[in-house]
Order: sequence, then C-alpha cells, then structure tokens
Amino acid sequence: MTIALNGEQVAKKINEAYPAAAAAADKVGVIVNSDSLFQVAEFLKKTPEFDFNYLGDMTAVDFTDYFEIVYRLVSLEHNHSLVLKTRCYDRDNPAVPSVVKIWRAADYMEREAYDLMGIIFMGHPNLKRLLLWEGFKGYPLRRDYI
Amino acid sequence: MALQTEPFILNVGPQHPSTHGVFRMRVTLDGEVIVDVEPVIGYLHRGIEKMGENRTYTQIIPLTDRLDYLASLTNNLAYVLAVEKLAGIRVPERAEYLRIIMAESMRIASHLMAVGFFLNDLGAMMTPVLYMWREREKLLDLFEMVCGQRLTYNYMRIGGVSQDIPEEFLPALKKFVAEMPGFLDEYDQLIAQNEIVLVRTKGVGVLPRETAIDIGASGPVLRASGVNWDTRKADPYSIYDRFDFDIPVGTTGDNYDRYWVRMQEMRQSLRILKQAIAQLPKGEVISDIPQLLRPPVGEAYGHIEAPKGELGFYLVSDNSIAPYRFHIHPPTLINLTALKDMVVGWKIADLIVTFGSIDVVLGEIDR
Repeated sequence: MTIALNGEQVAKKINEAYPAAAAAADKVGVIVNSDSLFQVAEFLKKTPEFDFNYLGDMTAVDFTDYFEIVYRLVSLEHNHSLVLKTRCYDRDNPAVPSVVKIWRAADYMEREAYDLMGIIFMGHPNLKRLLLWEGFKGYPLRRDYI
Repeated sequence: MALQTEPFILNVGPQHPSTHGVFRMRVTLDGEVIVDVEPVIGYLHRGIEKMGENRTYTQIIPLTDRLDYLASLTNNLAYVLAVEKLAGIRVPERAEYLRIIMAESMRIASHLMAVGFFLNDLGAMMTPVLYMWREREKLLDLFEMVCGQRLTYNYMRIGGVSQDIPEEFLPALKKFVAEMPGFLDEYDQLIAQNEIVLVRTKGVGVLPRETAIDIGASGPVLRASGVNWDTRKADPYSIYDRFDFDIPVGTTGDNYDRYWVRMQEMRQSLRILKQAIAQLPKGEVISDIPQLLRPPVGEAYGHIEAPKGELGFYLVSDNSIAPYRFHIHPPTLINLTALKDMVVGWKIADLIVTFGSIDVVLGEIDR
C-alpha cells in the first residue's frame, strides 16, 4: 500500500529547510508558497528520507479567487506519496515556477495546464499549447469560460 | 571536399495507418537517421474534462468509455473508484469480483491489440493481427453478453456494476481461460522465434530505467525498463490484494521487452481470472446509492493500473451534483514523452516500430 505522508510533519521539515516556503498542511497534503515551489520540489526529491523520484500527476484547479496547482509526488523506492499544492492569486497573469528540470514528467502536464487553464510555468523549455491550436483565444477549463 | 548534408523535415500523419489514430509527428532526418521528433497532438480533443463539469457523476461514466476506447472497462473502473473514494461508498463483494473479472479480461483484449498492431508496425501486414483478433473477438462476445456493447461498455456503476452476468457467461469465460494459454504459446512460437522480429526489436528503442522514472512512464513501458512498479501490487485497489500473481519486469527496456512484458501480463491476467472465477460469491451487484449523488466538499484521486499504464481521475467536489473539477491523468500521453529519447539515432523505419511499442490510443491522449 502506498503510504500517504502526514502533511504536518512534512510541512515542518520543509519550513526548517526553507522558511520562506511557509508550508502548511491541508486535508490531503502540503501547501507551499509559489515563489519557493522549485526549491521545495527539489528538496523533496533530493532528500533521501523523501526521495520523491516520480511525478504521478499534476494539474490545476480554478477556484475563481485563485488557481491551485496540485502535484502528486510518489517515491518508487519507499512506496509513499505526498500531495504538494501551491496557489497563485493573480488571475490575469498566473505564474508559477516550472518543475520540468526536476521531473521531466511535468513537460506535457504543464503544457496542458497552460493550454487549458492559462497557467504560465516560468522556466518551461517549450511552453506552448498542447491540445488546442496556436492562436486559440481563451483558456477553456477556467470557470468563467463558457 | 567533405559532402554537405542538410536536415530534412518529414511530416508523418495525422492520417497515417501507423499512427493508431489521428497523431502527427514532425520528424527531422539526417538522411535516414532521426535527429529530432516532435509529436503534435490534439486532433481528437473533445474537451471531456470540461464536459464532465456539466454532467452528474453518473453521466460521466459513458464519457470515460471514449478515452482509451480499447480498454473502456478499466476507464470505467478508475472513474467509479475515484467517485467512491470521494463519497465514501461501499461496493458489494460480488460486484468487486465482477469488476476484477472484467478489468483483467479487458487487459487481455487491450494487450492483444497492442501486440498485434506492434507486429503490423513491424511490417507483418495484418496477418498476426488477425490471430490476435480471433481471441479478442471471444472477449468482445463475453462483454456483449454482459452489457450489450462491444466497444463502449458503460458497465461499471458508482457502488457496483450495472447488471449481473447472465448464466452462459461463466462457462464461456472458463472455456476462454482454459484455451488461452495454448494460443499464447502459438503467438510466442510465431513471433518470439522469428528472426526478423528479433533483429528489428532487440536493442532498438531502448528506454533506460532512470529516464523511464524521470519522464513518469507507467505500465508496460515502465516495467520493460526494469522498474517493478504495478499499482495493483504497489497500491492495491478494489480487491487485488486477495489474488496471487506476479509482475513481469523487463531488463533492457527495448522494443522486445515491451512486447515481452505484455505477453507475460496476459498470462498473469489469466491467473487472476482463474482465481476470481473460483472465488466469485453470490449476492447483490450494486449498493443502494442516491440517483443524484452529492459527494461532500473535498477532493479524491483514484488511480488504477490500466492496460496502458497508470490511469488516474482527480475529482474536486463542491457538494453539487456535478464535479467542480474533473481531471484525467492519461498514461499514454506521459509515456509519449519518452518517444524522442527512444528513437533519436535510429532509422525512420524504427520510429514506427518504437511508436507502436508504446501502445497509444489517441482517444486518451487528446481526451
């Protein structure tokens, strides 16, 4: 059984290493500050105790006040998982750091979130529309797009 | 004077017999050797995630049939598991067993198509596929017996399955399970000892273990690269922890290993089927759930080992009759990330074979 790590304990360890991340536990995992996302992701991958070497899923949810970007991290060695979240409040220009350099699995998932939800992943090597065509207006998965 | 060469850009698809649907590749060639390949997708995009936000939880089940349409039953299963997790619904014993029987039969049917078309891509035009179809046809007859459909089954329900199996189902399935190992031996004899197949697949399209993990590959593609990871064992869902089966793992991650893993998985699925038939209890096939389900506010991620890899559904509920967010994690889209790593440096003919070895279905990639 894949063990879901306790959000509070992980958040505590993240805050010890990166106080700026302001990590907090929520119902299913950990929420971090979007500015520190890249450092936290790298920390979670490289720390032997966590060893999150596999990105199981990544997506974005539009809560109208903010966008929530959800990462599902898995360690194939320890067989444990963690839900890592970050939020961005700027609706006109939602930007978060790209994690493609840490997990290449994020390549298509981030392109999809950009394509359908309009999230800009800073540092993505090839951020362009994935499913829709270049020149398409709007981001269909946003709640205000009908 | 040294001869000057220029890169040549070749367009493959979107309408092409070897792209398994509407898929396009921009291939940069140096002579016959591949320098770069860029997949272009989206030709079959129907916006299923957006459509899901305007349908009730039950109405979404037929939409999931249209994802990987060669393995509709496992798509159904992944989705209903996510909803059951979200709403905390219990499933009757008999329904759990019927789900396993259907999911494992579906895995065999899907792998038969994968192996058959893989040989088609190798140049064995249509003949091996017809052998595989002979057996797949028997499975489709079984599915038709249960739910009246041959492609989009819409069989699983939240809290169980839509209907019980008819009387003639189990004898027919038992006959299939008894006969199938003989057919698998026949395929092995035809394929695994064929020199052309071996030369074209062994050592071609290698995906190293580290790259496979890094790109988030799953299913036979991940296991062929030597990673022992199968959601049925690693994170057992439904009642998979009750069955005795092995996870076939490849060594080199080449095209042959991906073919071999699929062949072995069919044998393991038969083992599971045998045990499930023997243990099948009597009783209800669906629990009592409200017509208009309103799961509590929250979120759930349900994932299963679909024939093509890890298929996940992420649902966010706002306590209304439709999900607030309906996200699909498609295994083959992620496996496609590895295509470039596998084919650069190989010849254009190997591109088609390697692409076939990933086993993609565009309904799932484009959604």
